[in-house]
Amino acid sequence: MKENKISWFIGLVLLALMFVGLYALEKALPPSTMLFTILKKGVIYALIAVSMNLLNGFTGLFSLGQAGFMVIGAYTYAILTIPVNMRAMIYQYYDGGVVQFALPAIVGLLCAGLVAAFFAFLVGLPVLRLKSDYLAIATLGFAEIIRAFIQYEGLGPLTNGSNLLRRFPSFTGILYPFAAVAICVAVIVLLIHSTYGRALKAIRDDETAAEAMGINLFFHKQFSFVTSSFFAGIGGALLAMYQGSIQAATFKSAMTYEILLIVVIGGMGSITGSIIASFLFVASSEWWLRFLDNEMFIGAFKMPLLRSGFRMVVFSVIIMAVVLLYRRGIMGDKEFNLRRITQHLTGKKGVRHDG
Amino acid sequence: MGWLERFFPYILAGISVGGQYALIAIGYTMVYGILRLINFAHGDIFTVAGFFMVYMNATMPLYLSIPLTIILTVILGFAVERAAYKPLRDAPRMSIMISAIGVSYLLQNLMWYVTGGLAKQYPTIPWISSSVTVWVATTKIVTLVTPVLTILLVVLLQQLINHTKIGMAMRAVSRDFETAKLMGIQINRVISVSFIIGSFLAAVGSLLYFSNYATVTPTVGAMPGLKAFVAAVFGGIGSIPGAMIGAFLIGISENLIKALGYSTFSDAFTFALLIFVLLAKPTGLFGEKTIDKV
Amino acid sequence: MMAERERMLELTDITMQFGGVVAVNNLSMHIDRGEIVALIGPNGAGKTTAFNCVTGVYKPTNGQVRYRGGLIVSNHPTGKMKNMYAGVNADKYQEVVEHTPDKITKLGVARTFQNIRLFKTQTAFENVLIATHLHRTSNPFTATFRLNFREERRMRELALEMLSVVGLADVRDELATSLPYGKQRRLEIARALATKPQLLLLDEPAAGMNPQETDDLGQFIVEIKNQFDLTVFLIEHHMDLVMDISDRIYVIDFGKLIAHGLPQEVQDNPDVITAYLGVEDDEPA
Repeated sequence: MKENKISWFIGLVLLALMFVGLYALEKALPPSTMLFTILKKGVIYALIAVSMNLLNGFTGLFSLGQAGFMVIGAYTYAILTIPVNMRAMIYQYYDGGVVQFALPAIVGLLCAGLVAAFFAFLVGLPVLRLKSDYLAIATLGFAEIIRAFIQYEGLGPLTNGSNLLRRFPSFTGILYPFAAVAICVAVIVLLIHSTYGRALKAIRDDETAAEAMGINLFFHKQFSFVTSSFFAGIGGALLAMYQGSIQAATFKSAMTYEILLIVVIGGMGSITGSIIASFLFVASSEWWLRFLDNEMFIGAFKMPLLRSGFRMVVFSVIIMAVVLLYRRGIMGDKEFNLRRITQHLTGKKGVRHDG
Repeated sequence: MGWLERFFPYILAGISVGGQYALIAIGYTMVYGILRLINFAHGDIFTVAGFFMVYMNATMPLYLSIPLTIILTVILGFAVERAAYKPLRDAPRMSIMISAIGVSYLLQNLMWYVTGGLAKQYPTIPWISSSVTVWVATTKIVTLVTPVLTILLVVLLQQLINHTKIGMAMRAVSRDFETAKLMGIQINRVISVSFIIGSFLAAVGSLLYFSNYATVTPTVGAMPGLKAFVAAVFGGIGSIPGAMIGAFLIGISENLIKALGYSTFSDAFTFALLIFVLLAKPTGLFGEKTIDKV
Repeated sequence: MMAERERMLELTDITMQFGGVVAVNNLSMHIDRGEIVALIGPNGAGKTTAFNCVTGVYKPTNGQVRYRGGLIVSNHPTGKMKNMYAGVNADKYQEVVEHTPDKITKLGVARTFQNIRLFKTQTAFENVLIATHLHRTSNPFTATFRLNFREERRMRELALEMLSVVGLADVRDELATSLPYGKQRRLEIARALATKPQLLLLDEPAAGMNPQETDDLGQFIVEIKNQFDLTVFLIEHHMDLVMDISDRIYVIDFGKLIAHGLPQEVQDNPDVITAYLGVEDDEPA
């Protein structure tokens, strides 16, 4: 048991070191560096990927509704936090909009999660008893319905219809999103290792057996669905803050597919995998393979194929390779196991740790 | 009767687009019936067919570009199955669905790359694209051709399924994959034939669809694809006539909704229908129930 | 002279009909506290289906199940089934009582599976640990933030204890599916025991075991029955085991009860012998 306490301690120390490192980076480099874009976007995607992994990877519920809960979170945040004096301008087609107060950002974030969770609860009631492929398509359908409603003219005074929402409070540095995400992911990790987390894994492995062992399927599935959507909502709000403006039309199902692919690449059932894959994904799509989009000359010979869009093609091929050949993803269902490392370091190799 | 006159053009448009959805929907329902796979990439194959035509027609006469488009689309569908789905046949269901999503992603990115992000104009196929007036509606001939052609193709397909050896093999595989394999049925052939037929119909569907809505972009097939899938579920997954009926229903309903002034909801209606079907009668209109053994 | 024992389980007129196929036909039986009762019959006779009706996996077409006097399952044919129903007493059970399997397990009825359903990605210990979840008092919030540390420790102790009882404490960190077949069956029993049952349903626990293992299993079942004050309901094909440890035996064939009584009575019953019974081997007549 002592290894447990030591590894938790080391984990916290590493986390603190990470924040110190980020702070130093911020001081050292100009704010427009590509690295910061990747870190910000990457960490937000990491939260969303982890939330999706909770549902798909840990509970085995194939849901494609993530974008729907993200957009609810984003809009809830924006609607509640746009400063009152800006509303007339932003809601110009709707007489300033129906919400005439502004909440502090943190409260807005929490509400984003809560409202998303609430809608997830409602959606879960009918949808969670469906078989896996039907569940996928039903959640996809609900996400589209949610998007349609947000863009609906009639709800304009609330959502601004199909127009942008902007000028809500945002963050400038990387410490804010990292802190927010770190807290959320920590909660998810704690959950996974609790008795409820084990029940979710049991449902994933064998529903019938789990039920026979006294685990109520509906309650636990709802729990997973609602919790996952809570964090997806917060992720959506963070994404809104990152982008500076939001529009329902961008939260298409394609976004859910991207998150799903990230989760698969990282390994379904591995939180560290999802985090790593998120940063890899964002780095690839924003940065590394950028050169593939530009025409390149070797002497007088123009390289064929290289032009705008090639980067994404290569990227998609890599994803297909992972899906077909490395099905377990980067981490499979293993985590970056601090406990095992601690054991090695303290020389207690033969001692078994608690399950 | 004022309202009939007002709604008639929409109903006509609905029948037309419904037929096009039907041709796509059949591809979904056949593949699902046999592999229990929602082929997320099917909608993109439909879009690629549209692009094939655009590029072929730039360099060839129509009597070449049309058959070539169809052939290339069929080859594409076949290739996708062999490369991305066959290797995962023994993997858990989620893996193959994720592969389908991956293929969809790849196809869309490929299309963006090849077209450079610009929308393309679909070539005008003579006769089909000419205007015609039916009662109070002015529309293109394709609107009238589509339902006829669709029903004809469905009837032909039903004949194939019910009266040929390969059709019987397909029905057997749909009913019980494992047993069919053990009985010596050539699973690979059956699956390939399903994909070939599905892609063929999608190609025909694209010829008709883009003759009506002449702009082709990489994402233009996503919505029709999803709607076609809903049609397949509504009609009873695995049932071809069901998919057709579902598609016509969706096509007509969404246009009626537009007629009533709620165009933002015409897409959402389809999904609401999906949810309703999944909750009320998941096996759809003509689907079959299966019981899981414990 | 026997003191009045509590009736742990009572099935009355349980019929399970799938479309036109009658899997279980009017089965009535009972099990009293402390008994080991076996349900035997040829393959496909409907034994596991009967289990599934008791544990809530299937809702029977007709009939009732009482657990310790309380009604846990009750149904009668309705709708289309009313016309198709091939059994008797179709109007007798007006009440409809339906519980999900987890509810019935919480009442004290645990089971193992004919086809071994262990949690594939979990270790032996984790498999048993999951079975302690049902008696939790914490909620997701308190559990996540570890406010339930005492409960967590109790769960782990219980899981470890059950593992030791079946003799698998030394393989606790092995992946459940990597264990040899015999150990997997024992693990399933440990898992069921961790739910703190009073009635234990074992579905072919000796399947695939050699005579020595079967013998050990028989002894083991009697031991845990005494140790944990259990009542055992057993489906089994290994006749030696059945004859050895059962207090009473029910025999079904084609879903119908064809014989019932003490082991010796059943063994000599000509109907049973006709149905399938061999004395040394399990040969169909």
